[in-house]
Amino acid sequence: MKAIAEGLFTDEPDPRLVGGKDRESGRIVFPCPENDRFEPVPLSRTGTLWSYTIQRFRPKSPPYTGPEAFTPFPVAYVELPGETIVEARLVDVDFGDIAIGMPLVFTPTPLDPQAADPVMIPAFRPAEAA
Amino acid sequence: MRDVFILGIGIHPFGRTEGMTGVDQGVYAVRQALSDAGLEWKDIQFAYGASDAAGNPDTMVDQLGLTGVQFINVRNGCAAGGSALFSAQMAIKSGECDIGLAVGFDKHPRGAFDAKPSEYNLPEWYGDAGYMVTTQFFANKIMRYMHLNGISRETLGRVAEKAFRNGEKAPHAWRRQPVPLDEILDAPMVSDPYSKYMFCSPAEGGVALILGSEKKARELGVPLVRLKAATMRTRPPGSFEVFAPSVDIERGGSATNIASRDAFAIAGVGPKDIDVAQLQDTEAGAELMHMAENGFCADGDQEKWLAEGLTEIGGKLPVNTDGGCLACGEPIGASGLRQVYENVVQLRGQGGARQVPGDPKTAYSHVYGAPGVSAVTILER
Repeated sequence: MKAIAEGLFTDEPDPRLVGGKDRESGRIVFPCPENDRFEPVPLSRTGTLWSYTIQRFRPKSPPYTGPEAFTPFPVAYVELPGETIVEARLVDVDFGDIAIGMPLVFTPTPLDPQAADPVMIPAFRPAEAA
Repeated sequence: MRDVFILGIGIHPFGRTEGMTGVDQGVYAVRQALSDAGLEWKDIQFAYGASDAAGNPDTMVDQLGLTGVQFINVRNGCAAGGSALFSAQMAIKSGECDIGLAVGFDKHPRGAFDAKPSEYNLPEWYGDAGYMVTTQFFANKIMRYMHLNGISRETLGRVAEKAFRNGEKAPHAWRRQPVPLDEILDAPMVSDPYSKYMFCSPAEGGVALILGSEKKARELGVPLVRLKAATMRTRPPGSFEVFAPSVDIERGGSATNIASRDAFAIAGVGPKDIDVAQLQDTEAGAELMHMAENGFCADGDQEKWLAEGLTEIGGKLPVNTDGGCLACGEPIGASGLRQVYENVVQLRGQGGARQVPGDPKTAYSHVYGAPGVSAVTILER
């Protein structure tokens, strides 16, 4: 599996997101800044939906490197309990079933599902679909 | 410290103007403001100019005259215009100068703003994955807000409906055709819950404000519109901003909260004292959230305010009397100054079909934008 950037996911069979913990304040952010102040920490695999929208038009390229053929996708903020709220895609869910507060599970997802060796981006799916 | 007055105002209509650069539109606005104040370019002692994407403002001296005037360029995200105004008023307030100019203009390409991750201290992958899209943030912010505060999508529609209705009455507005509420609600979606009518578009335009001391204002015999406060603030901890890969669970206030609070403190007035307000309406929900963030109502009350028409031109607190960004579009460098222009028009009683009734005495303007900046002004006649 190839992550869209190094240091974004943990290197384990069922990867987790890697956040950054401020060594002084304990505040957790995502992604982990390349900065001595922050210590990389794995983030919770499960969380709840904090907010979302549906991206209905293809983002401009550059910088977007997703597939030319566009299908709308949900952009969400997911609250990871006691850690932080991360921005990520939602997958495996009908747009009409998305509801703030729903339980979610982390699942890295290909940026271009048709690509031979796709890069993976952060995403979450409904916990019931586990 | 001396009081600061708005001596003259000028505007180049917002929208799209083929054959005119952004600088040209700024020059047009400056000439109109000079004429409005009864001044000539050589009378201007200093200028602060704001532009985000249309070149260096100081190049306008080629067209206005090589008087040697000191001219400082301001590029400060969405607060560029507000920052130019803040800087200009400081020069008058301190007594350093008697007459100066704050000018802003812009000319953006069609479509969403082009933003690069590197300009916002973000990693490249963030743009690769499709997140350098401002509309995603605005939609996420209102979706959460609606959930917490019981705001309906119909209320978002009412904001847009009012904007185009007010824009019809403002000669400088871009979108001057009223759109029925059901058409707004049923239009193609851009970023849920927002349809295409609920977002403003990048645009073109120019605005100039001439500032001066009370002595100059009285000499010129112009209407005495006093700049009671001008603030520009950046974000506090725990705020939710454009282009945020993560947000703190512990919620904090916003740049708007601070800019607003400090402007009211400086002016010595409160939200209830304001007769007319221009609030950042990048999208329909922004106007609603900013009503609360600026202290004009409690979270959730907007549902009732809009249903009862309290923010209409004849309402308790008229908001965005020229149609705001939704009807005027958003040329970044000019947008915040347009709000102040509109407030001066209202305080002078020159609003024509969009004039707020009852002889308004105090006016409020508020800008918000990337990367978490806000600028507020309070005017008094």
